Amino acid sequence: MLAFDLDFEKRLADVDKRIQGLQKKGSKLKGDERVKLNEYQQELETLMREVYGNLTTWQTVQVARHPKRPYTSDFIDLMCENFFELRGDRRYGDDRAILGGLASLDGETVVILGNQKGRDTKERMECNFGMSHPEGYRKVLRLLRHAERFHLPVITLVDIPGASPGLEDEQRGIAQAIAENLMVMSALRTPIITVVIGEGGSGGALGISVADRILMLEHSIYTVASPEAAAAIMWRDSAYAASAAEAMKITAKDLKQLRLIEEIIPEPLGGAHQDKAEVAASVKSAILRHLAELRRKSTEDLLECRYQRYRDIGRSAIANLPVGALP
Amino acid sequence: MSDDGKQATMPASMNGAHPDAAMRSLPDNLAVKCPKCRELLLGKDWERNLKVCPKCGHHAQLTAQERIDLLIDEESDFEQIDRDLVSNDPLKFVSLSGTDRSKLDGLADSTGLKESVVVGSGIIDGLPVMLVIMDFRFLGGSMGAVVGEKITHAIEIATYERIPLLIATASGGARMQEGVIALMQMAKTSAALARMAEAGVPYIVLLTDPTTGGVTASFAMLGDVTIAEPGALVAFTGPRVIEQSMHIKLPKDVGYAEYLLAHGMIDGIVHRRALKATIARLLHLYDDAEKAMN
Repeated sequence: MLAFDLDFEKRLADVDKRIQGLQKKGSKLKGDERVKLNEYQQELETLMREVYGNLTTWQTVQVARHPKRPYTSDFIDLMCENFFELRGDRRYGDDRAILGGLASLDGETVVILGNQKGRDTKERMECNFGMSHPEGYRKVLRLLRHAERFHLPVITLVDIPGASPGLEDEQRGIAQAIAENLMVMSALRTPIITVVIGEGGSGGALGISVADRILMLEHSIYTVASPEAAAAIMWRDSAYAASAAEAMKITAKDLKQLRLIEEIIPEPLGGAHQDKAEVAASVKSAILRHLAELRRKSTEDLLECRYQRYRDIGRSAIANLPVGALP
Repeated sequence: MSDDGKQATMPASMNGAHPDAAMRSLPDNLAVKCPKCRELLLGKDWERNLKVCPKCGHHAQLTAQERIDLLIDEESDFEQIDRDLVSNDPLKFVSLSGTDRSKLDGLADSTGLKESVVVGSGIIDGLPVMLVIMDFRFLGGSMGAVVGEKITHAIEIATYERIPLLIATASGGARMQEGVIALMQMAKTSAALARMAEAGVPYIVLLTDPTTGGVTASFAMLGDVTIAEPGALVAFTGPRVIEQSMHIKLPKDVGYAEYLLAHGMIDGIVHRRALKATIARLLHLYDDAEKAMN
C-alpha cells in the first residue's frame, strides 16, 4: 500500500483515498466504477511522476527524513543473509545508533554497518534519533579493523541527522572519535563502499563514509551541516532551512554534478518507503557491481585511488591553483 | 617549495590596525580593553604581553602573522606557499544576506589575507618546521576547498621532506558556503595525515581560541602531541549550541582547554609566553630521535 504523508503529497493523498474507497468494494465494483478506478490509478501515477520528477530540495529533505523510509536494519534484512551483529566498542558502551556486524552478501562475507534511527518512540530514544555518540564511532572503528584483519569488504549505510551534540559526547571526545575514523578509513586495506540511504548529516556522516565509492539513493541528501543548523549559523534563524538546503547543494543530483559521488541509485516512484524490497534490490546490485570492480585492484592501487579520490576534492573549486607535480 | 618569503609578511597598512573588534581598541591603539575582564590596558603593554591580559590571563586571538612572529626564530624567514589560492565559489552560493563576494573583498582588505589559513616553512630554535596557521578573522577561520588544499599540501611537503608539522587551529569548522566540498576537506586532510603518521613524521597541534566543528573533528584531533592555549574554546559542538539544543545549563568549564585536559583529550596547556620554548623542546626531542635513527 502506498503512503502519502508529506505536505506536498496532498494531491496524491486525495486521489489515493478515492482509489482506496473503490478498492474496498472489491468484487462488488460496478462497471463504471471499475472504469473510474482505472482512471484514478492512471491519474495517481501521472501525478506521482510529476511531483517526484520535480522535487524541490526541501521536498527531497522531507523524503530523505520520511519516518517510513527504510533504515539500515531494513537494508541488512533485505540484502544480506546470516547477519551476525557485533556490538560494543570495548571501551565504553554499545551505541544503538550504529548497527553493524558480519553478513553474507551474495555468498560473500562482508562487514556491513550503518546509522540506525529507530522506528517507534522507544526505539528512537534507544537510538538517540540516529545521532551517534563517540562509542558509536569507536564501534565502527572496531568493525573496520575487524574487516581489515579478515580481508572483508566494508559496506556503510549513512542515515544520520548529525553526530550527537551533547555534554557526554564532548566528555568522551566525539571530535576525536570522528577524526580517527577519517584517518583510519582513508588508509584501510580493504574496499569500502558507502551508500547514503537517507540523511548524510555533516561530520557525523563523514565519520562512517570515507570510501572508495559513494553511492546515493535518488532522494537522499548529504550536507555539510543540517539545513536548520546552517540557516541558524549563516542567517541567525533556522526558519530559513529550506533556503539553506537549496543553496548548499545537498541532493544526490547536485553531488553527482559536483563529482563528489560515483552513482545515484534510483528509488521506486514516490520514494524508497513505497517499496522497500525494490530499493534494497537496487542497492544490493549496485554494491555488488562496484565491489566487483574494486576487487580487481591490488591493495596498493586501491589505496592510491582512494587517496587521490579525496586529494582531488575541491581542487576545481580553487582559482589560481598552480598546475604541477606535488612533492 | 615556491613563493618568496619576503612577500609573505603582512602589508604595512595592517600594522597597528586592530582586527579584533572585541578588543575595542581606541584610536592609535593607545589603550585596549581586555575582551574578557574589561581591564583598561596601555596598548603597548598589551602588545608586549603578547595580547594576554595581565590581570585575568585571558589569551586574546592572534592574527596568523602575529602567531608566526611569535613562533619562528627572529633571524629566519617564513617561506609562505600557496599564498594566492582563492575560492571560485563552486556552488555559486545564493546567500540571503547579500553577496559573499563583496564580503570577501572587504575581508581581504581588512586582514591582508586571501584565505583563513597561512601555510609555509620556518625555523624554530634552529630546527625546520612546516607551519599551518589559521586566522579566525577570515570568515571565522572556516575551512573550504582552499584551506583543505593548503593544509593537505603542507602535510605532503612535510611528509616528503621529513620535517615536523605544526598546525595552530582557530576555526568555526567547515565553510557552509562550499557545502559538501568543504565537509570533504576533513577527509582530505585526514588522509594526508594518515600518510604522515605512516611515514613517522611528527605532527604537533596547537589548539587556540576558538576551534570547533569540522576542524576539531579532523586534523585538530589527530596530532601526535596536542597542546592548547589557556582558556581556548575547543569543542565539536560549542557549549552555547549544546545548551540550546539540549535545553540544559552546562557547567562553566565545558568545552574549554582545561576541560579537555581533564578528560584526557590533550597533552597540556601552555601560556603564550612559554609557547615557543615548549614547542622547541618537543622539536628537539624528535630531532634527536631522527638523528639517532640515521
